[in-house]
Amino acid sequence: MIETLVTHAPILIIAAPLLVAFILPLIDKVSKKGRNILVLCAVVFTLVLVIILYQDVIENGMRIYTLGGENAHVALPSGYHVPVRITLVIDALSIFMVLISSLISFVGLLYSFAHVKGEGTGKFYTLFLLMLVGMLGMEMTGDLFNLFVFLEILSISSAALISFYIRKGQPIEASIKFIIISSLAALFVLFATGLLYGEYNLLNMGALANEINSQTGGLTLLSQLAFILLLASFALKAGSAPMHMWLPDSYGEAPGAISMFLVAGTQASLYALLRVCFTIYNTAIDASIIGGLLIILGLVSIFIGVTMALIQIDIKRLIGYAAVAEVGYIFLAVGVGFFELAQGELSAYGLKALQGGIFHIFNDVLDIGLLFLVTGAVIYMTKETNLNKLGGLARSMKYSSFFFLIGLVAVAGLPPLNGFASKILIYEAIYKVSPLLSIIAILASIFMLAIFVKIFYSVFMGPKLSSLSDISEAPKLMLASMAILSGIMIFFGLFPGYIVDNLVTPAVNALVDNFTYITTIMGGI
Amino acid sequence: MNDEGLSLIVQNIVSLLFPLTLIFAFYIIIFGHVTPGGGFQGGAVGASAVVMLIVAFGAKKIHGKMSHDNMSIFESTGALIFILTGLIGLIVASTFLSNFLVGEPLFGEIPPWGSNPGILNSGGILPILNIAVGMKVIAGLSAIVLLMALTMEGKKK
Amino acid sequence: MIYNLPFYAVIIIIAIGLYVIAFKRNLIKIAMGITIIQSGVNLFLITLGYRKDGLAPIYTHLPSQTSIPEGMVLPVPQALTLTSIVIGVAVLALILSFIMALYREYGTLDTYKMRRLKE
Repeated sequence: MIETLVTHAPILIIAAPLLVAFILPLIDKVSKKGRNILVLCAVVFTLVLVIILYQDVIENGMRIYTLGGENAHVALPSGYHVPVRITLVIDALSIFMVLISSLISFVGLLYSFAHVKGEGTGKFYTLFLLMLVGMLGMEMTGDLFNLFVFLEILSISSAALISFYIRKGQPIEASIKFIIISSLAALFVLFATGLLYGEYNLLNMGALANEINSQTGGLTLLSQLAFILLLASFALKAGSAPMHMWLPDSYGEAPGAISMFLVAGTQASLYALLRVCFTIYNTAIDASIIGGLLIILGLVSIFIGVTMALIQIDIKRLIGYAAVAEVGYIFLAVGVGFFELAQGELSAYGLKALQGGIFHIFNDVLDIGLLFLVTGAVIYMTKETNLNKLGGLARSMKYSSFFFLIGLVAVAGLPPLNGFASKILIYEAIYKVSPLLSIIAILASIFMLAIFVKIFYSVFMGPKLSSLSDISEAPKLMLASMAILSGIMIFFGLFPGYIVDNLVTPAVNALVDNFTYITTIMGGI
Repeated sequence: MNDEGLSLIVQNIVSLLFPLTLIFAFYIIIFGHVTPGGGFQGGAVGASAVVMLIVAFGAKKIHGKMSHDNMSIFESTGALIFILTGLIGLIVASTFLSNFLVGEPLFGEIPPWGSNPGILNSGGILPILNIAVGMKVIAGLSAIVLLMALTMEGKKK
Repeated sequence: MIYNLPFYAVIIIIAIGLYVIAFKRNLIKIAMGITIIQSGVNLFLITLGYRKDGLAPIYTHLPSQTSIPEGMVLPVPQALTLTSIVIGVAVLALILSFIMALYREYGTLDTYKMRRLKE
């Protein structure tokens, strides 16, 4: 029984939220409580399946699933030399990202039960589940065209959710910028997919990796053009400067938990970038140039994110710019890892940089997510977003200020929380490449501490303002979701070795070793 | 466009053309596995039939007869048929969306290799998926145009 | 040489679409620019599948002298293009709904006049 459940778990993880997303408009007319229970059941079912699948992938290695075939584990039908069906591929990096997405969706759903009220909430939950399906599909797919389709599903539902509340027209402006830029990026991903299909007559990522890596005499011009288009489009969707313009607008105008869910959505695009760089085009391109490019993108993101955050007066927009800086850290670590991949053997500090980068993906969404949840609670209770008009809230919102303090310590990278664990790995690893990078990264962390202490002081400390005299504590469900995130962050901070050994290291090994990926899909050639 | 739509001549011609266009849309949908066409193409033709009605008669009148809530139910039913067919393939046969109707009396005939005069009864689960997608596309596209027309006619939705 | 003509047309269409998105101020024109780029990418995908003197890849009433599958054009790019057209319709419907909501809030369609989210 468990065996069949684990065999069919990849498609059930995607099909369960999709099925419930389409049942919701029918149930919404009958009862509201039934709708809430059904959405909660769908998300909890997905989370339980992900945890079961995680145990199996860590023990038994990679797993594939073909839709519509006789045997779910075989990608090549009998007598064929290329995979011909839609395949879902789960290796340790995919299941790591899927765990992040489903955990964040569970916390976001708990928060949204208390935050979203009114007559359109049935449509809110439908769009929420469709966004979850888009994320999970992007992280589990095995071919490039499926990646494009799920990327568009994610973009369309995110754009509709950002402008869910029309306040004075500003969310609609953020939303239209988001959908135009996302649509442009997705069209260039499709163009690059078409180029690769015309060159190799293949769409499956494993088969493409086999062809590209076994080609003698260097890549053709069209393959290199496809790589640059894919790199630029996915870096735009991941939010690195100088393509970051849509990010503070969208994160700043989205309601409550959707900002946190959008962070998980941009990390799905970051996962796609890692797949393209490390698995498909492993050493066939000049990795020292591309590694240097990723390092430069990371540095520019950190610099722009931190300096633009210093001058903001809208709280959510400020945290949006801090999110740009955090993505810069991940690009820096991944760039160092890719640079080391070019020197042949990944020496000790290339692997450590990748461990720090992949660990920082999880910590980024936890820290920035907690900060978004707390500021969402503040905005929900006071209806104010301007820093100049807020003050002295620590007396009335005790628990929220405590959670903000935890988020502040984590984002700045101070011990004993999880931000320190991943950032010390990044600082150590990039010091060996060039000490200047490490100095810039540490300075950026200090700036971030300064920014968030400024917010904490001006929002929560100080005398009570007369216009905010009747504010009470945030609803219990919001505090429960913040407590879940804080608990996970404290656990990661106190036992980082356990997390790095069991969660991060299998993911990094699966990332740099594309030989296992290719042989599992192509059936042992 | 004013509230009552276009003139009397246009309304009469559209009343004659609407069933023909809808039958053409159903033909494209149901013959999707034999001739060019399928779910989305037939659905787009069906939606253009409904849009023809909206333009000729005015959005308020059409909203009185088929509101966008009813179209939402129709659309959800189409999507549910698609996913449930896939899940039945999972339970009865091997994997999700596997073709379990090959050899059965419903849509199960196996056509001969090479050129053949198209056999409607073949295809497995493909005609069922085409019908589900066609339902969804007709309902979805006509609901979009109906809502846009209602908003521009001054009714807040 | 003449068989490369659709690829030149793709480059020109995508360049026109990028020019419209970058340099025009009216929101409806920007939406049209997105549609033009989608048309260009769809044309590129369809043209990838062409084989010289190929017929449609359908077995119904196929002329009996054609060799299967060398005498047919490739069917996979046609499926990719169809999916891309559907996604294009959905994105266009979403962008037009946003434009309608923005027009009702601000009364104008000029992007220089309606920017509130600066710096």
